[in-house]
Amino acid sequence: MSRALAAVLLLIVALGAGSPLAAAPVSEEVVNEVAAQLRCVVCQSLSVADSPSETAHQMKAIVRERLAAGESPEQVKAYFVEKYGLWILLAPPRQGFNLLVWVVPFVGLAAGLVLVVVLTRRWSRRAASAPVVARPDAAMRERILREMAEREP
Amino acid sequence: MSGRARVLRWAIPLAVVPVLVLLAYGFRTDPRVIPSPLVGKPASPFALTTFDGKPISLESLRGQVVVVNFWASWCIPACYDEAPSLERAWQTYRDRGVVLVGVNIQDKEEPARRFLDRFKHTFPNAPDPSGRVSVDYGVYGVPETFFIDRQGRVRFKQVGAVTDEIVKRHVETLLAEPA
Repeated sequence: MSRALAAVLLLIVALGAGSPLAAAPVSEEVVNEVAAQLRCVVCQSLSVADSPSETAHQMKAIVRERLAAGESPEQVKAYFVEKYGLWILLAPPRQGFNLLVWVVPFVGLAAGLVLVVVLTRRWSRRAASAPVVARPDAAMRERILREMAEREP
Repeated sequence: MSGRARVLRWAIPLAVVPVLVLLAYGFRTDPRVIPSPLVGKPASPFALTTFDGKPISLESLRGQVVVVNFWASWCIPACYDEAPSLERAWQTYRDRGVVLVGVNIQDKEEPARRFLDRFKHTFPNAPDPSGRVSVDYGVYGVPETFFIDRQGRVRFKQVGAVTDEIVKRHVETLLAEPA
């Protein structure tokens, strides 16, 4: 009886240790990756990974703890967003009004390139189609020669 | 002048308008004011041990109006300015179903105890050494004060020192609501 109980207990322990939710080892790389995307709340434009402040250490510990509890990096970030708003993310998500930040620079660059191409083509076309000075005809040539001869002393 | 050139003549100065609108919007907002997403949501539960060694949890205060104040002893002058108002609020409202809870964050125990002695605070005060409660409440600086209604929802958040008037306004609003 007691032996059977021990076997069952051993089995439970083994299953518990094998399940991914039971304090899976968390790589510091993943912790840092998540921390690098979170704003240290007491700093000026520093990430939780970069700040040496006590608060940043505490936030990093919370990230580590949540990852160890089986949460995905996205879930950990969502937790901080739920508490602090999108402000906590160093890079604004690519949606809604924030999309402007991601799109406008490239749109501006593209518009500038198009403008440069259009203007340079227009200028070169204008130069090519500019009226060429007509070759003087025979009468004109004769008149030029005559007037030049008259000017000779 | 061709029609296209006339359009361009207007379009170029008009292109400034959206930029001006964006700048006007940007300069009118204070980048340091961050609206809390927690207002209106259920307050996160917490269980802490006060400096006197007594357990305190939000769960045990359900049905009462709860004022949670985050503070630190190094927070000068705001935490020192508001400290007397907090004790006055506790004395005024403790018999009317209002509980004040001080949460000491980003601090050391000795200076925190000196702060409590100095202002003779008698309402429960507890340290949050791991910072878990302060992150659960989205606290980014001290002092911050949360006003929680009888249903356990965060209703107001005060960033910076509270005054007698601010505490009175929020607490009276929550007390006036049907239980």
